[in-house]
Amino acid sequence: MIKIENLVKKYDSFTALGGVSLEFKDGEVVGLLGPNGAGKTTLLRILVGFLKPTDGEVEIEGMDIKKPILEQKIKSKIGYLPELAPLYEDMLVGEYLKFVGKMQGVSSDELDKKVKEIISKCGLVEKKNAEIGTLSKGYRQRVGIAQALIHNPKIVILDEPTTGLDPNQRIEIRDLIKEIGKDRTVILSSHILSEVQSTCSRVVIINKGKIVADGSPEDLEKTGKGAVVINMEVDILENNLIERLRSVAGVTDVKAEGNKITIETEKEKDVRAAIAKITVESGAGLLVMERKQTSLEDVFINLTHNENE
Amino acid sequence: MNRIMILAKKELNSYFNSPLGYIVGSVFLVASGWIFMQSFFFYEIASMRSFFSMMPIILIFILPAVTMSSWAEEKKSGTVEVLLTFPLENIQAVLAKFLSAFAFLGALLLMTFFIPLMLIKIGEPDRGVIFAGYLGTLFLGAAYISIGLWVSSIVKNQITAFILSLVVIFGFYIVGSSMLLDSLPPLAVYVGENLSLSTHFNSILRGVLSLKDLIYYMSVVIFFLFLNARAVGERNWR
Repeated sequence: MIKIENLVKKYDSFTALGGVSLEFKDGEVVGLLGPNGAGKTTLLRILVGFLKPTDGEVEIEGMDIKKPILEQKIKSKIGYLPELAPLYEDMLVGEYLKFVGKMQGVSSDELDKKVKEIISKCGLVEKKNAEIGTLSKGYRQRVGIAQALIHNPKIVILDEPTTGLDPNQRIEIRDLIKEIGKDRTVILSSHILSEVQSTCSRVVIINKGKIVADGSPEDLEKTGKGAVVINMEVDILENNLIERLRSVAGVTDVKAEGNKITIETEKEKDVRAAIAKITVESGAGLLVMERKQTSLEDVFINLTHNENE
Repeated sequence: MNRIMILAKKELNSYFNSPLGYIVGSVFLVASGWIFMQSFFFYEIASMRSFFSMMPIILIFILPAVTMSSWAEEKKSGTVEVLLTFPLENIQAVLAKFLSAFAFLGALLLMTFFIPLMLIKIGEPDRGVIFAGYLGTLFLGAAYISIGLWVSSIVKNQITAFILSLVVIFGFYIVGSSMLLDSLPPLAVYVGENLSLSTHFNSILRGVLSLKDLIYYMSVVIFFLFLNARAVGERNWR
């Protein structure tokens, strides 16, 4: 359980986080979404104890992060993969994981077993004796995730775990995150929407250091600010068709470009039948009609774009 | 304590795993060996005086090369973020880096043991002076290392760290030289001599191991390690 209240972080005159309040429950897989520079990394860095907040309260498992005496105890409960998976290039994969295990306080009789377990869980068996500097990006990312999991932490924090991976690698890492999330809290940041949609049970959208949305991916889609849009194509545009379409109940706006018509409607009402009827009555042939629902992407663009203005 | 040793061991391994470690080691051995052999064959005296008297200068180039990467490289590659989110105090991480560099210096000095062994075999060198020489070099090296580590923690580039460490150490070294102090008032001379890394080293080399010199080197080491821990704690290298 993580409780964040009115968290503020300032770098000189720049405010990276301007009063963030959040709560993460045990076992949640949360996606932190936002454009670059929104404050995601800053938030994560405060949670893992790498940065100190300027103001506000953070409690991890009931422990206040501001109390120096609890700092080491809190740190040992968290596994962390920083952005771009920084690793010691000159070490071997197995050797590195062993080192991290020791630093994280894994007991020496358990260490070998733990390393072996995590190596197979993260698909690193054939790279066990490879030098980290020679690994591809996908494997590096796996080593980074393995490193975050070696001490079986209750909370796993991953900063952009799939950045720079090809689609196949992305799917692999996504599956791995799903697997990890079965028995612990996972907080990951991303600016790729499909990613968050497919792995997370909850999405928090952050922009300019403030939370702009919080909920399940489905909820966010429903409450999205974007309206339902109907795209239509007709063979001939009769003079009064546009006017008549505007008069349909539930239609908020109609725009025409050549023979293509874009109709914005209220979310709750399905006006397709009425529109089709009017179109045909006007003497035009209806060639295409397509209803487009708001996606998480629209929600994201709407929320972060409006804030920017 | 345990975590300090784990980290120190890993750091020491990385010295021996990197080409830089071997380059630095070879340069040190060739330079110090050459200086010794030159005076040995010239004066034909079974003494290591010339060897030790050149140590402060040789180490000014050697030790910044050892410490330059310790923080700068971690910051550049981002691994510092992993390191400092381990359950580890900042000062513990600093101590581990210090210990590993100090152990590396120890290994370098160990490799020069062929010189005293050879001298003992062929002549009768003053063993006390040789012992004092090695001890003084360790103290001096510890001070150089702590300065180098601190500099490495405030910059983000290895080369900058190397050059800046060299400059700072050299400054500490020459502040006691008579050439610099001759024209200054007595108080400045007193301060300069007592602050200088070389004055204290020379007094140890004479075979006199005084508490004053010991406290001096300990203070320098503690002071710069403290600065280092503070710089690491501030995390203001973004």
